[in-house]
Amino acid sequence: MGHKHQTGLKVRLAARGLDGVTLLIIPSLLLMIGLFIYPFLYGLWLSFHPKDGSFLGNYARFFADPFLYETINKTLWIAMPATLINILFAVPVAFRVRLMQNQRWLTTLLVLPITLGTVLVAEGMLNYLGPQGWFNRTIMLLGLTAGPVKLVHNYWGVMLSLIITGFPFTFLLILSYVTGIDPALENAGKTLGARATSRFRHIFLPLLIPGLAITFCLSFVQAFSVFPSAVLLGAPAGPTRVISIAAYQAAFEEYDYSMASSIAMIMGFVQLGIVVAVLAVRGLFYRGPAVGGKG
Amino acid sequence: MSKDHSAFRSLRLEQVGRVFGAHNALKNLNLEIQRGEFVALLGPSGCGKSTALNCIAGLLTTSSGSIWLDDRRIDVLDAEERGFGMVFQNYALFPHMSVRQNIGFGLKMRDVPKAEIAKRVDQALATVRLESQADKLPGQLSGGQQQRVAIARAIVIEPPLVLMDEPLSNLDAKLRLEMRQEIRRIHAGLGSVTIYVTHDQDEALSLADRIVVLRDGEIRQVGTPEDLYMRPAKLDVADFMGFRNRINGRVAQQSGDQVVLDIGGVHVQGQARETITGPIAVASLRPDDLVAVAASEAGAFSALVEAIEYRGRDFFGSARLPDQTEVFFRSHHRLNAGEPVHLMADKSKLLIFNQEA
Repeated sequence: MGHKHQTGLKVRLAARGLDGVTLLIIPSLLLMIGLFIYPFLYGLWLSFHPKDGSFLGNYARFFADPFLYETINKTLWIAMPATLINILFAVPVAFRVRLMQNQRWLTTLLVLPITLGTVLVAEGMLNYLGPQGWFNRTIMLLGLTAGPVKLVHNYWGVMLSLIITGFPFTFLLILSYVTGIDPALENAGKTLGARATSRFRHIFLPLLIPGLAITFCLSFVQAFSVFPSAVLLGAPAGPTRVISIAAYQAAFEEYDYSMASSIAMIMGFVQLGIVVAVLAVRGLFYRGPAVGGKG
Repeated sequence: MSKDHSAFRSLRLEQVGRVFGAHNALKNLNLEIQRGEFVALLGPSGCGKSTALNCIAGLLTTSSGSIWLDDRRIDVLDAEERGFGMVFQNYALFPHMSVRQNIGFGLKMRDVPKAEIAKRVDQALATVRLESQADKLPGQLSGGQQQRVAIARAIVIEPPLVLMDEPLSNLDAKLRLEMRQEIRRIHAGLGSVTIYVTHDQDEALSLADRIVVLRDGEIRQVGTPEDLYMRPAKLDVADFMGFRNRINGRVAQQSGDQVVLDIGGVHVQGQARETITGPIAVASLRPDDLVAVAASEAGAFSALVEAIEYRGRDFFGSARLPDQTEVFFRSHHRLNAGEPVHLMADKSKLLIFNQEA
């Protein structure tokens, strides 16, 4: 009787898509809970328990102090253009690369900067683009400028580093969206008399918008949490005092974990706001498959 | 646009070739197609038929030769400038545009005024009988409806040439028959040239005025459907047109185009389609024309039945001759595998070819 009932339960669970294989998600579920959900909820709780004992004290302090709340704008002012520039560069390159035979070499070449990490890229930039680096020596030798151009320890250093480290990621994502568009659609456009610009505007772009929106969100979130390059290549007390620096200082210079949590929460909500806005705009466009029929 | 269309008399392919790396996909193709003709390019996959179509469309560049519309050389033009309508195998409808926008796209690219676009799209929708689906997206339509949209999109620009690349291969059998009639009707209404690529001989036979059989990038035979069906010129063409039986025999007697072959002691007579050169030749015959008969009839092959299947009007089966040649035959009654059978060839339908090199 009991045995019979057990089989029945198993069958019913399987009908709902739950079987032995489902158990394989347990390790990742534990990781998610332990490393993301619990710290997030703990941080949220912590942010409402500031040193002064009030409920919203941290948030009030953040939005009252320009040295703190201006970090939002400063971060946006770096992350937004960096993301847009990366996308604007990546789209034409992806359109060219989609026609290439040996994409693998290029992909390898592009994945390398991702594996190197931001710190190594920052070190390299400090050397090459610094006042004594080859870049400035070259342009001075050519007489293009009288003195060295300041490319590090300011806004442009951080921007450049975000473009260099962010481009491969943006590019690879966009390439996968571009190659996902059925080439027959372009041929159909050609036979109907559409030239390259018309084909891009009327066929490719509308089909790419959903992918571009996702790419924007992922690249933006990456750029928004910029920390190492803002410290190493920027002016961390001035124009590149990004929000993650504010959180770092609260946590490890003032030892105010509650305040740091609040800043992290504010950072999270700003990102979430932008992502939700972008995805909402995406919802206005066609989002179905990018193929032109069966087969 | 329509002026160009009425002015054109013929499409000419002169020595057209296309090379992919070391592979000669198309070799010295010569073909002239008159206005109003429906021509099918027929052949097995890899024969170069799609390559030929894409070269005409301008989606592939030619490696050699030239293509002419009357005295205008078109192989040097981009696909965008040729103004031919093309229907793709997977339809290639723009998934983000409504049926109406899809059909109107070519006119929009030609800067046709909006009011006229609307009028002509309505006509095209009526031609393919899709008026009620005009505002849907392609993804909301069935396969047959999508194919009709693709056809409407290609013909609305009133092209001198409509190119179709296996347009029916993704449809089910019943729909394919219906769409054949539609395509034929639309072609008749247009009065332009339709070039239709297919690997399906039934489709080619039922649709085309003229069939071009291709193999390994070369034209094997050009002819009317009747020509190809009744009088294939080469063994491989015969094979492709449904002459599944290829039986080797010794040439016993030859007078004019009538040849008698000795096949394992049985003498069969047939019509030679080429000058028979060797001592051994091949008898080529449709399964329909090799019929199971009673043992008493003279001049029949004996064979052992291997498999048999029921196909409605008759049974069709395969059998082996004593020399192990596999043959395909028709029978009025059910036979069993392993059973001996006597097969009589219809000599009026039997063709004789040289052996393939």
